[in-house]
Amino acid sequence: MGIFDSIPHVNAVLSHRPWPRAVVTEAGWQAAIDRLVEGGLTLLGFWGEPAAVHMALLDGGLAEIAVVTYECTAGTFPSVASRHPPALRLERTIHDLFGLVPTAAGDLRPDLRPWLDHHAWGKSYPLSGRNASRDVQPYQFLPAEGEALHQVAVGPVHAGIIEPGHFRFTANGEHVVRLEQWLGYTHKGVESLMQGASLDAAAKLANRTSGDSAVAYAFAFARAVEAALQIEAPRQATLLRALMAELERLANHLGDIGAICNDASFALMHAQTGILRERCLRAANVAFGHRLMMDVIVPGGVTRDIAPDGVSALRALLAELRKVFPRLIELYDNTASLQDRTVTTGIVKAEYARQFGAGGYVGRASGRDFDARRALAYMPYDALSFEVPVLQAGDVNARVWIRIREVEQSVALIEQILDRLGPGGLQTALPPRIGRGPCEGMALTEAFRGDVLVWLRLDGELRVERCHLRDASWFQWPLLETAIDGNIIADFPLCNKSFNCSYSGADL
Amino acid sequence: MRKTLLESLTHGSLTEPAPAPDDSALAELATKVDRAAQARLGRSLAIREVDAGSCNGCELEIHALSNAFYDIERFGLRFVASPRHADVLLVTGPVTKNMRQALERTYNATPDPKWVVAVGGCAIDGGIFRGSYACVGGVSETVPVDLHIKGCPPSPTDLLKGLLALLEHVSAKR
Repeated sequence: MGIFDSIPHVNAVLSHRPWPRAVVTEAGWQAAIDRLVEGGLTLLGFWGEPAAVHMALLDGGLAEIAVVTYECTAGTFPSVASRHPPALRLERTIHDLFGLVPTAAGDLRPDLRPWLDHHAWGKSYPLSGRNASRDVQPYQFLPAEGEALHQVAVGPVHAGIIEPGHFRFTANGEHVVRLEQWLGYTHKGVESLMQGASLDAAAKLANRTSGDSAVAYAFAFARAVEAALQIEAPRQATLLRALMAELERLANHLGDIGAICNDASFALMHAQTGILRERCLRAANVAFGHRLMMDVIVPGGVTRDIAPDGVSALRALLAELRKVFPRLIELYDNTASLQDRTVTTGIVKAEYARQFGAGGYVGRASGRDFDARRALAYMPYDALSFEVPVLQAGDVNARVWIRIREVEQSVALIEQILDRLGPGGLQTALPPRIGRGPCEGMALTEAFRGDVLVWLRLDGELRVERCHLRDASWFQWPLLETAIDGNIIADFPLCNKSFNCSYSGADL
Repeated sequence: MRKTLLESLTHGSLTEPAPAPDDSALAELATKVDRAAQARLGRSLAIREVDAGSCNGCELEIHALSNAFYDIERFGLRFVASPRHADVLLVTGPVTKNMRQALERTYNATPDPKWVVAVGGCAIDGGIFRGSYACVGGVSETVPVDLHIKGCPPSPTDLLKGLLALLEHVSAKR
């Protein structure tokens, strides 16, 4: 129990798998925050229950994970965010949903502004199980003072076909002095719908937490259930899962590369990658019967095998990508007017990427060498070979290049998987419902935009008692605020697209 | 770049023939679109997409309508940046309570005559998010809906069929 060596804890929860979870006292909780602040550990997740809060911690060096739990006997918990900023939005969310209050000693004042709660639900603290009401106050944006500053308010309804959210820019002429995001518009109450849901219903919800990462969420949800129940999906099923995950990554990266160039007014790339993306989705439809491959991955395995003509459809897709994509890379690399927009624009400092534990291309373009597929080597990635590209520049250009390199890796991975597919079982039976106590499971998978975390507790009837899904966007959205600093407002769409954070995934 | 451009010129077009308009959509529209409004629009509709809390799956497929295979603009259908320029609101999602007011305001900002198309299972009745404290459940509970396009998410072809039905209906009765 490496992580717990430096964190005093009361007792370990034996039914939590595959990583340990332990209940800590205030001293243990503060010790965990100390490790986060000094950088020894990375915050992987932070979520609540009606009378407890949990933090998932990652020791990057050892690829070790642990969960610490603080029991909120007085309805309060020591604030994490007032000492470790990456926890801020998650802490405000815990307050919004469960009514638990973060406290801090001395001069530190926890930020108690609502995050997801826009005072529109008709009740306060919806997951607390209590009837408490909260004072309704207009949302307070952070102040910015200075001569000639003006504000630009954008959203929630944006100009393009994108998800809703509010951006408040404070600008000095063209230059952004401060960007503050206010999200929560797509909050659907996923965690409340999960409570008491059957595994089938819960898996469907997981697929639709963020539609662009449907496979990654279904994959993580299934693995968390399997960890809790101590079962393993058959080998063929894990290969098909990875096949879908890589197809999803391909389609999204291709879409993103084109969309980023389009936001720099380079429509040719958008048109070309749009064709490749459509070919991916069509191949996915042939192989798995759904363009976004929703509802194929379930706890225990997969619902169907690849269609008989799916293999040839995918091989044709790979051949097309091998032919066309190198030319598009050259096009990107040789168009100086395009590079003029992307190079040195929207820089994320390496220090922030590390502090926030930013996953995906946002982290890897700023020197954070983490990929859940490699670090945790979950099945079947333990048996596949691939490289994880990492760059240091942290600008829009670097985030484009990470995607380009990952497209190449995914093409190679799909090829390896197709070579290994064979006949084999698709599902492992779930254990009987009777005579079981509650059990807990947790899993991480690498979605196209970064690691997705799913934590859950099942009751004795194999229903979900509680489930928390954490999108990579939680730790990327705040970095977008830092990346736009000093850039011109006109470059915001470019920076935003290079992040392509999920609204739905982070609003839950 | 030259090679890519040249190839695009010499190779045949990827754009596929238009699908037939959806029959059930035509039936739904027949009862809803009023004659006076139809007289004012030709085969040209400006669409404003509003995400009222979707999972973003519908947005991915709506985006696909603009790629070379579907090329939605050939039908005179185009996406615009403001509701003030729009004839049609294309609404997705179970209408979260946090988005209800924004949806109402967008609807009010759209000039008459206007149509609302609800896209996806959530937009019809809340879908799998129905019953949540945070969702209104169905676009028609917030603004009047003229056409529903089913699917989770509907494929670009399904979207095109529905929108073509709307276009046919509007222009047929001019």
